[in-house]
Amino acid sequence: MMDFFVAPSILLPGLSMPSCLATVPLFAANPFTEPVGVIHYLVVGAVLFTAGIACMTLKRNALGILMGIELVLNGANINFVAFSSSYLRGEGAPTLGLDGQVVALFVILLAAAEAAVALAITLNFYNNHATVDVDRADDLKG
Amino acid sequence: MDLESLLPTLLGLAWLLPLASFAVILFAGPRLGSHGKGAAGVATAAIVGSFVLSLFAFISWIAQHPVRAVAHGDHGAAHASADPAHGATDHADASHASAAAHDEHGGQHGESAAHAGSPVHYSGDWYTLYEGGRLKLSIGWYVDALTVLMFVMITFIATCIHVYASGYMHDELHDITDHEVHLADGGHLHRPGRFHRFFQALSLFCFSMLGIVIAGNLAMVFIFWELVGICSWFLIGFYYERKSASNAANKAFIVNRIGDFGMLIGLMALWGALGTLHFADATGPDGHVRPGLFTLVRPPVAGHAQWVPDGMVKFAAAEKVERVLLSHADDPRAGVEQVEAKVEDWRDEGYGRWLLLVAGLGIFCGCIGKSAQFPLFVWLPDAMEGPTPVSALVHSATMVAAGVYLTGRFYPVLTPDALLVIAYVGAITLFIAATIALVANDIKRVLAYSTVSQLGYMMLALGVGGWLAGLFHLVTHAFFKSLLFLCSGSVIHACHTNDMRKMGGLAKAMPWTSGTMLVGCLAIIGAGVPFLDIGLSGYYSKDSILAQALLFARENPAHSILFYAVAGGAMLTAFYMFRLWFMTFAGKPRDHHVHEHAHESPPVMVYPLVALSILAVVAGWTLPGGFGIANMIEQARPAGTGGLELGGLLFSAFTVPAEHASHAHDIHVTASLTAFATAATGVLLAALMYVWGIIPPAMVASAVKPLYTFLANRWYFDEIYRFLFVLPVLGLSQLVSGTDKGVIDRMIEGLAWGAKQVAGFDAWIDRTLIDGLVNGTASATYSAGLELKKLQTGQLRQYVMFIALGTVAIFVLAGLLFRSSFAG
Repeated sequence: MMDFFVAPSILLPGLSMPSCLATVPLFAANPFTEPVGVIHYLVVGAVLFTAGIACMTLKRNALGILMGIELVLNGANINFVAFSSSYLRGEGAPTLGLDGQVVALFVILLAAAEAAVALAITLNFYNNHATVDVDRADDLKG
Repeated sequence: MDLESLLPTLLGLAWLLPLASFAVILFAGPRLGSHGKGAAGVATAAIVGSFVLSLFAFISWIAQHPVRAVAHGDHGAAHASADPAHGATDHADASHASAAAHDEHGGQHGESAAHAGSPVHYSGDWYTLYEGGRLKLSIGWYVDALTVLMFVMITFIATCIHVYASGYMHDELHDITDHEVHLADGGHLHRPGRFHRFFQALSLFCFSMLGIVIAGNLAMVFIFWELVGICSWFLIGFYYERKSASNAANKAFIVNRIGDFGMLIGLMALWGALGTLHFADATGPDGHVRPGLFTLVRPPVAGHAQWVPDGMVKFAAAEKVERVLLSHADDPRAGVEQVEAKVEDWRDEGYGRWLLLVAGLGIFCGCIGKSAQFPLFVWLPDAMEGPTPVSALVHSATMVAAGVYLTGRFYPVLTPDALLVIAYVGAITLFIAATIALVANDIKRVLAYSTVSQLGYMMLALGVGGWLAGLFHLVTHAFFKSLLFLCSGSVIHACHTNDMRKMGGLAKAMPWTSGTMLVGCLAIIGAGVPFLDIGLSGYYSKDSILAQALLFARENPAHSILFYAVAGGAMLTAFYMFRLWFMTFAGKPRDHHVHEHAHESPPVMVYPLVALSILAVVAGWTLPGGFGIANMIEQARPAGTGGLELGGLLFSAFTVPAEHASHAHDIHVTASLTAFATAATGVLLAALMYVWGIIPPAMVASAVKPLYTFLANRWYFDEIYRFLFVLPVLGLSQLVSGTDKGVIDRMIEGLAWGAKQVAGFDAWIDRTLIDGLVNGTASATYSAGLELKKLQTGQLRQYVMFIALGTVAIFVLAGLLFRSSFAG
């Protein structure tokens, strides 16, 4: 099962996955008994991500959806940060280094910009429809 | 200025003036005076100018070349012994001897012209149309005594007729209701007057006619020949709304084309074999003399006797020429010399004689058409549909005489065989036309047939060797026939009918017309006193024709029928002319309605009658000292045509006698007495029938009913021609048009139908297959779009769901696909 959580990070650019996979086995032991490492962060990110997706799909309130988006982005951010930390990765393991931090900062910036645009759309939508229910926002229905 | 440069200038101007008048009327016609009245003035001024110039040329000619009696006098007196040299030629071997003895140029033209070398003439070219190799086409002049005389004659008659027509045609000044045209709605045609157009055509005609006379070569003759033809067509069809007039115009034109076809053959024969159509010798800028037709056919070397020109011999013996040239292929110059050396032998063998005959008869064919000779005379009577001044000028005095003029001009080239053909054609024509004229009741038709008959006389005269007699009659006939036509026009103008049966007793109402017409009738029958040798113009010309025919009959008893034709024709002429005069002017009025309205014509119409009647009397006279038309024509006698000629290519041998021999006393007296007796008989018979009524005409008609019907139907010539030529041609053209419509059109329509079918199939493919493909793609795309748009639910959450699930699905797929690499 853990394959699936790892998969997004393997696809990230700049990461030579085969070598990392070869050196650091993912499932060395029971995670609950192990000291906190990358795996734990990844699990938290995955939970956040899943919660965000669920929020986006299930909420009808546009603001709720926006919050879901924030969750998804932050779930991804946690992964970046985790992979950039040499502490978490262990001695001698390859990391993203500062690149991961920078990407995370960019994502935060992007999220802020996106939130600003999305909120503006939402506000306009509200002005036009007197609601923020996305199910009502089917003007683009084919 | 000497004559050589003066004459072409004068006559050239006289020739071009009517053309100028034509151009002026053409471009300014209706604006000349009210309703184009000024057109008559312009045309008349032009033709008067031409007449004055011609007269000036005439006077300068006779001043330079005094017209004197020819050696043999013209009537009576001692002939044979007067000039031993001429006497010797009477029965000797023709012109060889005589012309050799008198081969002189210039100087004593008056006396020696008859038998000496070329007559005094001036020739040259104004403008060269085409020149290439030895061929040359040009607009040039050939002026001799005959040309000058014809100019004066034509312009004088044309002047009279212009003056006359300005009165006769005055109806055309205003709008006209033509009572002879019945429109579909039962009414009559109403049209604007065409006064100026009449004078326009008349001017063009005068220009063309003078062009024929002055022409220096046959090509130019042919050009103006066709021009007078088209003018004749314009003028006959002047009242073209009348079916009869337009038919008559077309008939005249088409019948003339038949003759012109023969003329073209003659022209080609001459041009192809001789390479020239010029009458006279021409000196080129390099001083090289190009011999003309006359010199080629009657070279001075042969004493102006007719021989087959070298060109024709070589042309006819083309195979032999080729053989000689081939045998000298290594030395072409020697070959050419050999050919030149052999030409004489080939000529003696008779090569080229047929070609010369064909050339002569071909040109004569054109004259048959234009001069209304048998068998092409049928157009002339119908041509009387034109206004009467036209009949007088074009269809009696000038244009129809052009054929006789050309035959006379072309005389040196005509072989004895051709002359005999001409004589017989003339005899047949004069007899047929005279018989038809006996029973015609339309005053103009009687005159028309009389014209045909008189033209037959002229042709016969030329054919029997009477070159002078024929051309002399041409000139005198022009005067009295135009006079007769103008008189008939005056009568028609007064009576508004052409039918002589409705006239009668008009002499009191129209004294001038009846008097001048009597002069004309007397002139045409050749009235005169035989022993005193005094008479009207026709007396002299007709007597010389009779004398020549008699001489010919004596020389060739086998052909004596020619003389009987002439003598019989003279009687018929006298009968029908006086029948005409008596029916019109004598006796009691037959139709009082016509008689009451009859009145003398206005002075403008009477003056020309008087002027012409004076000339009809005096034109034949020879003044003491020898001045006279006959002697003037004699000055132009072509070299070598005064002597005897032997024939025999087509016919068994016969002799064309020398013309001066017909002046011999016994011949002359016999001829005059015959002429007098026949004419007197004719007049007497006419008087018996139409004045005194001793022989009622109706009784005669019923006594010889079949003959009368035959003549009244004009020998059924029109019907025969209709059956023989017109119907086959119409049938053929119907067949051709049937083929065109039935076969060619069908074929084309079939092709079109096929193309249409192919196009239809193509269109079907385009619509179904290609359009189907395109439309199918479009509709498939469209329906795919319709289906796909259902995915666009507008439900945001659903989209997110899809994105999430899609992403998961991608990972699952990628995981499955790349499992091995994950596993390491």
